[in-house]
Amino acid sequence: MPWNSHWVGVADFLAMGGYASYVWISIGACALAVLIESLQLRRRHRAAARRVSQLRGEA
Amino acid sequence: MNRWLHFASPQRFYPLAGRLMPWLVVSAALLALAGLAIGLLIAPSDAQQGEGYRIIFVHVPASWMSMFIYLVMAFWAGVGLVLNTRLSSMMAQALAPTGAMFALLSLLTGALWGKPMWGAWWVWDARLTSELILLFLYLGFIALYSSIEDPSRADRASAVLALVGAVNVPIIYFSVKWWSTLHQGASVSLTRSPSMAVTMLWGMGIMVLAFWAYAIAVALARVRCIILEREARAEWVKYAVE
Repeated sequence: MPWNSHWVGVADFLAMGGYASYVWISIGACALAVLIESLQLRRRHRAAARRVSQLRGEA
Repeated sequence: MNRWLHFASPQRFYPLAGRLMPWLVVSAALLALAGLAIGLLIAPSDAQQGEGYRIIFVHVPASWMSMFIYLVMAFWAGVGLVLNTRLSSMMAQALAPTGAMFALLSLLTGALWGKPMWGAWWVWDARLTSELILLFLYLGFIALYSSIEDPSRADRASAVLALVGAVNVPIIYFSVKWWSTLHQGASVSLTRSPSMAVTMLWGMGIMVLAFWAYAIAVALARVRCIILEREARAEWVKYAVE
């Protein structure tokens, strides 16, 4: 990574100075939480919209 | 004032929230990419903690959001309680799951930081314990609401819980000052210059903005669901949904 003097190569970056599992699991957990919440909300909105359409059909 | 009241009705707020969401989602994604690039690639390693400190770029934003969302949630719950405005109470309900998620992430990333630095996943220290109580307050708020069938009664009961629990937020924030704890003190404060490298600070600041944009986007998405669920029989809703 020539534009950054800190890391020497991708392997060094991924190793996180020996803290790889702690750092990557932390960041991965946040990414996973965001993904789950987004999918759950999309499902909830679809279900709510479907119910509105149903009620409209009955009326 | 009138312009704000204009959007206080679920009918008007529903399409407004829908228009704002894409901008917030894109902002959150771009800010998170920039913040992680600065935090992980450019910021130097820490003199004491090496590369392990980089958990800070998700831990601090998650912790701040967990506290801030609680205050906003308690505020809207309180407004709903006093003024009896439907949308305020819906907003409080929309914020709770995201606040709980950030509290959980704060505890989880904290444990992953504590293990290599302190040698323990968990200690019963003032900061950690009060953050755990915050998670329980969120869960209690959600559980209390869902245990009462009538929505307006559920709103009132959970609002009281939210307001009482708000006392916990300053306790979390000042816990590192009031008690001797294992948790490190604030790296960023209003009264003195920050004890961090400038690039670390930028990375953290941008990540905080990313979490903000995300939290607002998700709260708006959830309040739209709640509006549809609660007002399913209202005349306007028929035209709001395709």
